[in-house]
Amino acid sequence: MPVFIGKRLLVAIPTLLIISIFVFSLQKLLPGDPVLAMAGEERDPAVLEMLREKYRLNDPIPIQYVNWLGGVLKGDLGISLRTNQPVLELIGEKLPVTIQLAIMSMIFAFVIGVPMGILAAVKKNTVLDYVASIVALSGLSVPNFWLGIMLILLVSVNLGWLPASGYESIFVDPVRSLQTMIMPSFVLGTALAATLMRHTRSAMLSVLSADYIRTARAKGLSPREVILSHSFRNALLPVVTLSALLFGELLAGAVLTEQIFTIPGFGKLIVDAVFNRDYAVVQGVVMCTAVGFILMNLIADILYVLLNPRLRASL
Amino acid sequence: MTDMPVLSVRNLTTSFRADGGWKSVVRNVSFDVAAGETVAIVGESGSGKSVTSLSIMRLLAEGSSRIEGDIRLNGRNLLALSEKEMRGVRGNEVAMIFQEPMTSLNPIFTIGRQISEVLTRHKGMSQSEARAETIRMLERVRIPNAASRFDEYPHQFSGGMRQRVMIAMALASRPKLLIADEPTTALDVTIQGQILELIKSLQEEENMAVLFITHDMGVVAEIADRTVVMFRGDAVEAGLTEEIFHRGAHPYTRALLSAVPKLGSMAGEENPLRFPVVDTATGITVQPAASEHSVVQHSPILEVRNLVTRFPIRSGLFNRQTGSVHAVENVSFDLRQGETLSLVGESGCGKSTTGRSIMRLIEPTSGEIQLDGFNVRTLGTLELQRMRKSIQMIFQDPFSSLNPRMTVGQAIAEPFLKHKMGTVRQARDKTADLLEKVGLSAAVMNRYPHEFSGGQRQRIAIARALSLDPKVIVADESVSALDVSIKAQVCNLLLDLQESLDLAFLFISHDMAVVERVSHRVAVMYLGEIVEIGPRAAVFENPQHPYTKKLMAAVPVPDPARRGLRRGISNDELKSPVRPLDYRPPERQYREVSAGHLVQVA
Repeated sequence: MPVFIGKRLLVAIPTLLIISIFVFSLQKLLPGDPVLAMAGEERDPAVLEMLREKYRLNDPIPIQYVNWLGGVLKGDLGISLRTNQPVLELIGEKLPVTIQLAIMSMIFAFVIGVPMGILAAVKKNTVLDYVASIVALSGLSVPNFWLGIMLILLVSVNLGWLPASGYESIFVDPVRSLQTMIMPSFVLGTALAATLMRHTRSAMLSVLSADYIRTARAKGLSPREVILSHSFRNALLPVVTLSALLFGELLAGAVLTEQIFTIPGFGKLIVDAVFNRDYAVVQGVVMCTAVGFILMNLIADILYVLLNPRLRASL
Repeated sequence: MTDMPVLSVRNLTTSFRADGGWKSVVRNVSFDVAAGETVAIVGESGSGKSVTSLSIMRLLAEGSSRIEGDIRLNGRNLLALSEKEMRGVRGNEVAMIFQEPMTSLNPIFTIGRQISEVLTRHKGMSQSEARAETIRMLERVRIPNAASRFDEYPHQFSGGMRQRVMIAMALASRPKLLIADEPTTALDVTIQGQILELIKSLQEEENMAVLFITHDMGVVAEIADRTVVMFRGDAVEAGLTEEIFHRGAHPYTRALLSAVPKLGSMAGEENPLRFPVVDTATGITVQPAASEHSVVQHSPILEVRNLVTRFPIRSGLFNRQTGSVHAVENVSFDLRQGETLSLVGESGCGKSTTGRSIMRLIEPTSGEIQLDGFNVRTLGTLELQRMRKSIQMIFQDPFSSLNPRMTVGQAIAEPFLKHKMGTVRQARDKTADLLEKVGLSAAVMNRYPHEFSGGQRQRIAIARALSLDPKVIVADESVSALDVSIKAQVCNLLLDLQESLDLAFLFISHDMAVVERVSHRVAVMYLGEIVEIGPRAAVFENPQHPYTKKLMAAVPVPDPARRGLRRGISNDELKSPVRPLDYRPPERQYREVSAGHLVQVA
């Protein structure tokens, strides 16, 4: 296992380098000048030049990249041009918010999607299966922002059960934190639940027709044992991989949902940074997301190996 | 035998829902199985033999199937039981083992857990009691080091060992009836012998009733007291196995028996011999004409010298090579025009790899291959394509070797057109001609593979292989997946084509009886090496190498007189040709027994 993890981490290094070069050069191709954005009304060429000099924006792009990379290796992601805060600090503020949102969304997705998928597979071609498919399709086709706004109108404005927006850290006021996060994570979770449901259903269907399920039934096991213990654990393999990828996507931030519920997560941070040509922040957030994605993939692979004795032996 | 049979089936009719109606696939089948008795249901695919066994277990999907008639287990009507009561019967009073040991065990649970589950479920044992009993069962099915293998997973066992695990699981609850659905079909012949032996001896110990489902007349002859012959859903004949074999009344029974290749039936014959053809409706037998075809005067079209193919095994952080699979090791042989040379052996002996290496579908490690004037090992990409016009392949599985989205005509014409051997019009004529040659009509050209049966598809695959006018055909287990009667027909077709087109066949097979029938010469392979090679008659009538002898002794012969035969229980496993990096293959010596008959001596 350590060899396996070591191998995967080695592969991650060039991946991250390529992503960073890609993001770095793309940004420089964008029209717009960060110094102009920073200077606001100030148009004095001398001031602009001084700013450029200060942030070393006059250096050739490869030199800028090497400088940035050198900083990263020392744990310094640079400073936001807009707020003058270190990028690392900004990320440190927003990351917990995004992680909390992602985890809660995944919980919703799992609790709704997986049982529905199992049920649809077991009751294939019955009313239950069709209902589950329709619900899943609706979950996929209803836009997040619409569902978000409707929920706010219903639950917060009309019923007054939950706060419409805002954010509180889970370490400061856990109850309030959960209250503010329930609706946004439900909105994100339902869309993912639909995807999970479809995958769980097809994975279950293929497992249910396997020879070893016939063996399990021939042993006289109850449907419950056959489905939950013999089938579901096998069907879980592809679902786990998918979930890790979905979770990775959530880490990149959910721009629209964060906007509607005014949650200060990664989504809002990166949109603001792109509009302000705040290069260091964009670069930092993208790298952070990439690391998150790679980590999630690694975790998916490890889980896969743990769930699958055949792979476990090959390590 | 007691008066009341353990299992009594009366007028069993099973139907499936199809196109809004019910279509019966088993009709009015009746038979009994007494304690200690083995009854075989024999038939080809689509005969309803497996559906019969699943009907007894009530394992068919409930909404889409209907079971009528009367199935009594020790007098209790199984069809009248509730689903919950039926679960108490399954795996407890009636247990079942299946054909595919590789897929019939759950890959993510240890085999110990899967066996002890039966005991905790049906016998109310605690975990530790079940564990002890499971280990005892594993010992009874002769799995070495049973206690230490309890916590291993199915993939850590070979096919034969997995089938033993299945048997242990089935017998754990001491069932009164064991249903064995083609339990040895997927196994190698020496392993098949072991498993049959095991079932026989366990049956004696427990005085268990066994219902044995198979397509293999040799297995039937060896194991069954009584036999039911099924044909397209009907039980056409039932009786004592000896009666069926010697005085079978139904034309289909006779057709089936005549199509069965019988090891040892070729004594005194010089050339390959076609299978007799029996009309399944009238029962009239047409004896085949002896072949006049002689190959002695031809020069070799294919010469293989010291062929070696190894696959690296890599592991560790930097994927360093840590060993190799010595799939083919120092193999040499000639193949003459118009001749059939068979490569026989069990799984992993390197026979398929040899075939593929010769075509360079797999890159050989070293050696020399001369084919129709080509020095195969040195060819560049373009020449390699030209070379493949001379050698074509027919694969085992006719269901997956044809592209489902190409019509039969397109599939056959494609190689002809790709090699620019003529115009589209000529390709059409050629395709029509080939379809007629393989016994199909030219009119089927525009149909898709799924519209054909397995035997017909194999004919199509043969037509495709012939479209380039090859001189050599590598037939890799080409008849192994086919039903007995179809197998006989396809073998006859191959012999016809060989005679009319002067084809050379490299016939790769594990089936000794078929090989005996169709070959001029035979090479026996073991662990990547040829251990014995020679004219068919010499190898089969005077086998020299211990492995050849072992292989031939293990083949079930369709002769009920051999029913008492006991091979003695062994649990040898097939050895693996995986070697460490520093392995040096030993120098081999061969002894010439008679003209052209060589055997490895050291």
